[in-house]
Amino acid sequence: MITEVTMPSMGADMTEGAVARWLKKEGDAVKRGEILAEIETDKAVVEMEAYGSGVLRKIVVTEGKKVRVGELIAYIGDPSDALPAAAGKPRAEPAATKPEAPRPAAPSAARAPETARQPEAPAAAERPASADDGDRIKASPVAKKLAEQHGVDLATVTGTGPGGRITRDDVEAAAKSGSRPASAPAAAPAPAPAPALAASGETVQLTSMRQAIARVTVRSKTQIPHFYVTAAVDMTEAMKVRKQLNDALEPEKIRVSVNDFVIRAAVVALKKYPKFNSFFEGDKLVGHAQINIGIAIALEAGLIVPAVLGCQSKSLKEIAVSARALGEKARSGKLTQEELTGATFSTSNLGMFDVDQFVAIIVPPQSGILAVGRVTKTPVVKNDQIVIAEILKATVSVDHRVADGAEAAVFLGEVKKALENPISLLV
Amino acid sequence: MPEITLREALQRGLREALDGNPNVYLMGEDIGAYGGAYAITAGFIDEYGPERIRDVPISENTFVGAAIGSAIGGLRPIVEFMSISFSLLAFDQMINIGAAIRYMSGGQFKVPIVIRAPTGSGIQLAATHSHAFENWLASVPGFRVVAPTTPYDALGLLRSALAEDNPVIMAEHVSLYGRRGEVPDDRYTVPIGKADVKLAGSDITLVAFAHGVVTAFEVADKLKERGIAAEVIDLRSLRPLDMDTILKSIAKTNRVALIDDNWRTGGMMAEVSAQISEQGFDLLDGPVARVGGDDVPAPYSRPLEQLVIPDSDRVIQAIQKTYGI
Repeated sequence: MITEVTMPSMGADMTEGAVARWLKKEGDAVKRGEILAEIETDKAVVEMEAYGSGVLRKIVVTEGKKVRVGELIAYIGDPSDALPAAAGKPRAEPAATKPEAPRPAAPSAARAPETARQPEAPAAAERPASADDGDRIKASPVAKKLAEQHGVDLATVTGTGPGGRITRDDVEAAAKSGSRPASAPAAAPAPAPAPALAASGETVQLTSMRQAIARVTVRSKTQIPHFYVTAAVDMTEAMKVRKQLNDALEPEKIRVSVNDFVIRAAVVALKKYPKFNSFFEGDKLVGHAQINIGIAIALEAGLIVPAVLGCQSKSLKEIAVSARALGEKARSGKLTQEELTGATFSTSNLGMFDVDQFVAIIVPPQSGILAVGRVTKTPVVKNDQIVIAEILKATVSVDHRVADGAEAAVFLGEVKKALENPISLLV
Repeated sequence: MPEITLREALQRGLREALDGNPNVYLMGEDIGAYGGAYAITAGFIDEYGPERIRDVPISENTFVGAAIGSAIGGLRPIVEFMSISFSLLAFDQMINIGAAIRYMSGGQFKVPIVIRAPTGSGIQLAATHSHAFENWLASVPGFRVVAPTTPYDALGLLRSALAEDNPVIMAEHVSLYGRRGEVPDDRYTVPIGKADVKLAGSDITLVAFAHGVVTAFEVADKLKERGIAAEVIDLRSLRPLDMDTILKSIAKTNRVALIDDNWRTGGMMAEVSAQISEQGFDLLDGPVARVGGDDVPAPYSRPLEQLVIPDSDRVIQAIQKTYGI
């Protein structure tokens, strides 16, 4: 049997992706569950598992070439089976995967219109004009010549011509701005830093990541009716517990951050109010048994919100370890598909920038996001006495289609209660 | 400088030839009493008589053969086809004899003949009288093929054609006969095989010939509004083809759009495009943008006819698609 391998969807907003690297060659044996390739999306490089076993018969899409989600990228199957006739071209015809048995002659007339209907082939225009550009840099002949003369590395130039072709003007602009050969292409295809906008009033092309952020945030703010509830959380106890904990975990070289406390507290609250861990889908809420907490991470190239998976069964310590690993993977572009897109609720923390409080935008299709500022010593009134407390301001953004203000207040109150009674977070 | 029409320029050239050389004679269908299908020879029969302005029956292969024979024999015939569509009937004499005999005879026989042929569409003459075959003829070694756009070039090229010892085909676009332009009184010539930069520009090269040059100027005007300076090159000669002028221009602009009124497939610009990619690949900032007429028999209906001939908008679309400018 021959199985088609198609470009996987690695997130609701992913429309196309590229094979960053094939980890198997044509003719290699492939076992179900083995890593077949690394897929580069707008936001990260994600490993793709094989869904079938057999031999990697044919690689249809070469490394680096962007194709649409669902488009054929390879065939896996028995070495003896014949590949579909169209193999080699990305889905020229949807038919022909299995030879058809001879049909009994002359079906009834009533059936005729139905049999005549063909599955719709994707429009030719949707496919890239050239079937196998591979990872070759598209530059016009004169651009190549100029690049050579000026010592401009074409790999560092963004093409603005049709189909992303690097044109004469692109090279001249690069030569002017002093774009010189990069020392070496980075081994890990981490997202490129967003171009800096100079104060001179020039226009810069957005990276695909910035464009994706724009798409997602506009979708969120136009489709999700946000509302916000803020509470001040007394972290005095939590900070004490955190210090003890970190002293105890010192030999293991594990450090628990304030954010880990916030995540753990959110998990406690989400367990009690699972509504906030659900997705709104028109006329229903789809709940999740897993609590995957997204953590907003500011990379140089832009924001991503990958998730610590399975937080419902993770201890505070485990969350701390996972969150740290997640950050490292994010920076090296090694997040898995699930981490990248699997969050069911998110957190965002700008405390390190001395921010007191802020409101965050919900990451669709999630229902809420918890935004926290710094922990700061603040005079507060306790038992009619002014005392110094370590205060954290937490703001939850909620989809009003999912929950009302009072519910959000109760949910946030649960977060607050958990953080103010930190022992509850340790069990 | 006085302005005259392209028709008048041709008439001046023909009269000069008839006046200056007793061996020159004109031959064609209805060129005498009727004055020519496009009135190029109106009144000539009264001035020069039926011996030198010869009406012939509908027999293209025969009268072209007769003209070639007389040219070999020492006369200097100027043959007019009523339409280049009818030249198809004379391809045998034109190509098998006219274009080949000088080579086959080891240079013993020269064929100093000028064949004038109204060509092209745009004036509702339908499929049997509107097609253009100058590109076919331009593929024949032994021929010179010219296609003037302006009165100046028409007269200058006709003078050069009448000084040639090889068959020269002069393709005259039917929509240009009435076009006016400045023509000096002196006896200048326009060399065969030399293209002309009709408009200087730095951003994109537009290559065209005959009526396509008119379109190219419209394109240049529209591009200018967007701050793009187009250079317009008029091929003037289809054979020999002046690639040097084209390549020199592309070296400056790095972009080129080829405009051809006639069928796109296998058209004149297919040859130009191929030679650009052979000789000018490193000059290009994108593929050659080629705009040609639709591959259909010429429609009679005016709206349909105008639809199949590429207009300036179509050229601009092709330029935008190809170069993103």
